[in-house]
Amino acid sequence: MDVIWLIPILPGIGAAVNGLLGIRFFSKAQSAAVACGSMGLAAALSIYAFVQLLGSESRVHDVVVATWIPAIALETVDGIGAFAVDWAFRLDPLSGMMILVVSGIGLLIHIYSTSYMHGESDAGYARFFCYLNLFCFFMLTLVLGANLLVMFVGWEGVGLCSYLLIGFWYQKQSASDAGKKAFLVNRIGDWGFVLGIFLIFFTFGTLDFREVAAGAAAMPIETAEFGVISLICLFLFVGATGKSAQIPLYVWLPDAMEGPTPVSALIHAATMVTAGVYMVCRNAVLFTHAPMVMTIVAVIGGVTALMAASIGLTQTDIKRVLAYSTVSQLGYMFLATGVGAFAAGAFHLMTHAFFKALLFLGSGSVIHAMNDEQDMRHMGGLKTFMPVTFVTMLVGTLAIAGIPPLAGFFSKDEILFQTFLHNRVLWILAVATAGMTAFYMFRLMAMTFYGEYRGPAWEHGEGHDAGEDHSDHDGHGAWHGPHESPTAMTGPLMALAVGAIVAGFVGIPAALGGGNAIEHFLEPSFTVEATEEAGPVAEAAGEAEEVHEVSHAAELGLMALSILVALGGIALAHRLYIRRPELAEAWRARWAGAHRLLLNKYYVDELYQSTVVRGTMSGGRGLWRFDGRVVDGAVNGTGWLTLASSWCSQLFDRYVVDGAVNLVGWSASESSFSLRRIQTGLIQNYALVMLLGVFVFVSIYLLVR
Amino acid sequence: MLEITTTHYLVLSAALFMIGVIGVMVRRNIIIIFMSIELMLNAVNVNLVAFSQQWQHVVGQVFAVFVIAVAAAEAAVGLGIILAFYRNKETVNIDEMNVMRW
Repeated sequence: MDVIWLIPILPGIGAAVNGLLGIRFFSKAQSAAVACGSMGLAAALSIYAFVQLLGSESRVHDVVVATWIPAIALETVDGIGAFAVDWAFRLDPLSGMMILVVSGIGLLIHIYSTSYMHGESDAGYARFFCYLNLFCFFMLTLVLGANLLVMFVGWEGVGLCSYLLIGFWYQKQSASDAGKKAFLVNRIGDWGFVLGIFLIFFTFGTLDFREVAAGAAAMPIETAEFGVISLICLFLFVGATGKSAQIPLYVWLPDAMEGPTPVSALIHAATMVTAGVYMVCRNAVLFTHAPMVMTIVAVIGGVTALMAASIGLTQTDIKRVLAYSTVSQLGYMFLATGVGAFAAGAFHLMTHAFFKALLFLGSGSVIHAMNDEQDMRHMGGLKTFMPVTFVTMLVGTLAIAGIPPLAGFFSKDEILFQTFLHNRVLWILAVATAGMTAFYMFRLMAMTFYGEYRGPAWEHGEGHDAGEDHSDHDGHGAWHGPHESPTAMTGPLMALAVGAIVAGFVGIPAALGGGNAIEHFLEPSFTVEATEEAGPVAEAAGEAEEVHEVSHAAELGLMALSILVALGGIALAHRLYIRRPELAEAWRARWAGAHRLLLNKYYVDELYQSTVVRGTMSGGRGLWRFDGRVVDGAVNGTGWLTLASSWCSQLFDRYVVDGAVNLVGWSASESSFSLRRIQTGLIQNYALVMLLGVFVFVSIYLLVR
Repeated sequence: MLEITTTHYLVLSAALFMIGVIGVMVRRNIIIIFMSIELMLNAVNVNLVAFSQQWQHVVGQVFAVFVIAVAAAEAAVGLGIILAFYRNKETVNIDEMNVMRW
């Protein structure tokens, strides 16, 4: 248990080795071994730690590795406080679940990537695994951090890795643009998160999650006024909307699909984008003390879920459908946390990690088989070519659609039920979203795997049967038509499919005879331990429990309804895309306006382009002009002034100083003008003068004597 | 018969010297000026020899011979200068020799 700090460090070491040595020296097998080995060790250690956590009485284990920031005197609301931060890691039920998800799915995706990225050069391969390991390092730091600042390190780190991996194929303009977009949009969220951290320290004098929760529990619940806790939660939620792609900051996630597919699976479906949900769950006590912000969270989550799902109805790029589906499912999670069902949100986070990673890896397998074709209109009929991918993706699709007894059913139904208890309008949104989810996922399945093959033709022959497992296919040779992916890719698919089937069983609700084990398991993470301080929260929880008890019948009814809605969505998709494809065309023509609106994603990108982006650009251009005119003008003005003053002083020098010097010389030469006439240069003159002189001297001599 | 005394010699010497001086002063041809200088030197020699004879002492004559020797050397140098001047100016007119001024 004391070695939990090793869990993030191991992938960090892997990243360092691959980054410092691998890019130059390692072969593909070596970099893959380093990356997968470090992830495997981390996963094993995570399981070990989790088992120990299950076995121990105490549900919280802190490990302080080192002091990071020694105490600094900083002002808080209660006078001067000590700002001290440790490299502290905390294993509790919530982070225990998260490290299992991150390291387990991370390991599977590492294995998958060894095959998927085989077309890269050796250096690119090592670079990819370096980034992927680095991401796992930061993600595990994020979930294990015991205070907000350690979490923030992980938070920023995963943002960096996301940027690096979206832009992994940086030679492609769209990929590097998407990376920049993700990074910049996340900056807005991080701004909110940082403000939230500042305000938390100012209010509570500490950044440790448990101490903050205890401090918040001692304060009254802000039902009436929008107080400091509400403000903190609002800031934190701004951070969460950035990282977890909620309205209004969701626009980066669909573009992030420019990255390699394993990256989309790991970062933009299973782990990083759920960091916002995780953060909200981490600060559950804070959020329960801010009911108004909870409402905002729920509304944002519900609206995001519906909006993203409706966009997903019309997209034709297989990865974009999944991206909007991810945004939609994240909306579900926020809806759950917003109605106070943190356990349901975290539960859905976990099940979603399984089936969405599965769906992304499956789509990667399809893209791989179709020679990097992502448009579903050019697929179809792949069921016979790649049976393993088909079956596993079908499992994932059924899971996300909420068909019992797969994982998605239990978590989604829990969310729907809790929402129903809390807010009927949001519940209607959520149910509508569930129907759309079932529809667009089966539309994806139908367009990809059913019907006729619509893709490009390929050359038959050379003994390559289309259904054969081309383990030697690495993207270099000629394309021999769609084919099943190698074992390194189908293996993780099958493992995740098993996960997507069984992950829900930990949360079978009481109405179906289960114990809802995960909710009770996660409970300690969402409350403060000190019972006397936890009065209001425990009361609220007890109340919820009571409601839970009395409405088994209602819950069963709701379950049946949501299953019906899901089946309805599936049936509609089946009718429109398998049985009568011409009907889909007819509907598209009939609602051309709505279709265009959805196809263009509600023109949100265009709206942002014309307001925020253009505003920022023109603002920047204005500042540039200010720089050019005013600042540079001032600098140039002083330069000009110097020139002018030096011109004046050179005038003084030339006319006054030089004038004085020249005056002396001139007066000397002028005054000597008459004298120099004596110097005739004629020797006879000189001789004459000499003679006269002699005459004079001799005369004087004679006369005076 | 009138005896030739030292005074006569001195008058002759003075006359010769004045002729030389006037020649130097008024003539423009540098050769003639040169010759006038020789006249002045020889006026001195006459003086020296006259006094030597008066005092019956040989130093005056020795000195006169010495002066003749120096005059010969001077004539050589002077003629050299004149030649060089002539090569430059193609004239021996003393009025052209006026470059020794500011």
